[in-house]
Amino acid sequence: MSSPPSQAANPHPVSLMDRLSGMIADLGGAVILWRDVIIVWIETIGDATLFVWRIFSWLFSRLPLRGTLFPAFYQIGVLSLPVVALTGTFIGMVLAVQTYTQFRLIGFESRLGAVINMSLLRELGPVLAATMLAGRIGSSMAAELGTMRVTEQIDALISMGSNPIHYLVIPRFLGCLLLIPSLTVMADFMGVAGGFFYSVIILDIDSFHYWNNAREFVAVWDLFYGITKSVFFGATIAIVSCYRGFHCTPGAEGVGRAATAAFVYSFVLILILDLFLGILLDKMYYFIWPDSPKLL
Amino acid sequence: MVTTKPLIEVHHLSVRFGHQIVLRDVHLTLPRGQTLAIIGESGCGKTVLLKAMIGLIQPTAGEVIFDNQRLTDLNEKELTRQRMRFGFVFQNAALFDSLTVAQNVAFPLRQHQTVAEEDFERIVTARLAEVGLPESVLAKKPAELSGGMRKRVGLARALVMNPEVLLYDEPTTGLDPIMADVINELIMRTRSRYPVTSVVVTHDMNTARKVADRIVMIYPHARLAEDAPQIIFDGQPEMIDRAQDRRVTQFVRGEAGERLMELNEQGLGRNSLGDGEHG
Repeated sequence: MSSPPSQAANPHPVSLMDRLSGMIADLGGAVILWRDVIIVWIETIGDATLFVWRIFSWLFSRLPLRGTLFPAFYQIGVLSLPVVALTGTFIGMVLAVQTYTQFRLIGFESRLGAVINMSLLRELGPVLAATMLAGRIGSSMAAELGTMRVTEQIDALISMGSNPIHYLVIPRFLGCLLLIPSLTVMADFMGVAGGFFYSVIILDIDSFHYWNNAREFVAVWDLFYGITKSVFFGATIAIVSCYRGFHCTPGAEGVGRAATAAFVYSFVLILILDLFLGILLDKMYYFIWPDSPKLL
Repeated sequence: MVTTKPLIEVHHLSVRFGHQIVLRDVHLTLPRGQTLAIIGESGCGKTVLLKAMIGLIQPTAGEVIFDNQRLTDLNEKELTRQRMRFGFVFQNAALFDSLTVAQNVAFPLRQHQTVAEEDFERIVTARLAEVGLPESVLAKKPAELSGGMRKRVGLARALVMNPEVLLYDEPTTGLDPIMADVINELIMRTRSRYPVTSVVVTHDMNTARKVADRIVMIYPHARLAEDAPQIIFDGQPEMIDRAQDRRVTQFVRGEAGERLMELNEQGLGRNSLGDGEHG
């Protein structure tokens, strides 16, 4: 005859004291684990801050070499043009598709120009261009520098009396800082063109009203708003990607992880920065033009 | 000529990565003009010691003194100036992938602009010829070269600034015996042509015997008894065959010794566990 299930499953009943001490041990383990995680985070933040400090101190102390600057600019700027242009065009067209149905219901389809252009210049152009560039440039820079770290090329550079921040990071940083805003302007332009093409040619909206509304609602401030954000996004992509590449762990897995981390951290920071820069720039706007209409 | 005044002094050097101790209280002095071979099994800290000598790795404790100057006391500019007196030949050559052979060898010259631009080609060609490489490799990328050629380009790049100290990290690892001997010969020729002080990190006993004036053997910290010194041999190459320490003789003869027993024990342990599980 078989024994009752409870007895079979638990032949030695655990006492309350045993259970309690087990829970305390688990809690202790969790505390130690969290403590280690927090220490690693504090170390990483401190290390990254020093890295940024070294970038800025080199940036203002010595000019980068022309031989390192132009290839970085070509890689970041010229080679990114097609993908950014394509992204911008499709964002503009997708915006037209998405907003048309809703605006038609309330008879506001002629306002499409204002909505598309405003969304593009202020938000979607800078954020999506930066996201695309974080994937294209950020991952590539992290993988390249990571490979250089793993194959001792960075050590070789130091051993020959060169500074890797000056030689490797500054050209990439300047490339991102100067060219990502330029690429954002390109994405904005292509987005505006894409939105116009889809709205006017495909959806048959009157072009005069389309542009008239766009001109009425969209101002130079909106372009400035987007470009300002893209400067910060560019710096973020460069710093995060170079930092991840420099602190790459050995092996192919380490390089892969550095490339992925460069994109993920850049993307998260772009979103966080987008929020705070949005709040800051809006405050700035109402400080300069206090009589402008407000929502609240 | 070997003088008694040490050029490099390593005092009580300890290096730790996280919880892992790699070097503990290592003490070493290197007179000017000497060729020192640092031997030891993989992972014992030879390369870490070599990189600490040029300040590529910061010691956890202790100090490295180069030409009477403590490396940790130097600022970035002074350290750079001192590093220009070194030539470092990396294990896998560490050539810059994006540059050609000529650009790689000329890299230190271009960085420090010690010679006129028009002299670059002449110097680079001469350095490559010294290591037995023809002019046809000048325009090639490192990926197009064999392992032995890459090492020779690495040596040419290390020599281009006329260094006082040459540091070789595993110069013959991964090469066929003939190419390994070519590299050994190049190390010896460099030494006879220039008044360099050299440190050769290797686990190849042929290299150590052939090129070195002195051999130092490092034992892995993890296998070391508490408070036992990490340098278990320090002497002339002829003396190493007569060493009394079993750890040294086993390494020199290439005998696994108790490692094999450990392997067997672990294997047996696993087998008996497996038997238990299935029995």
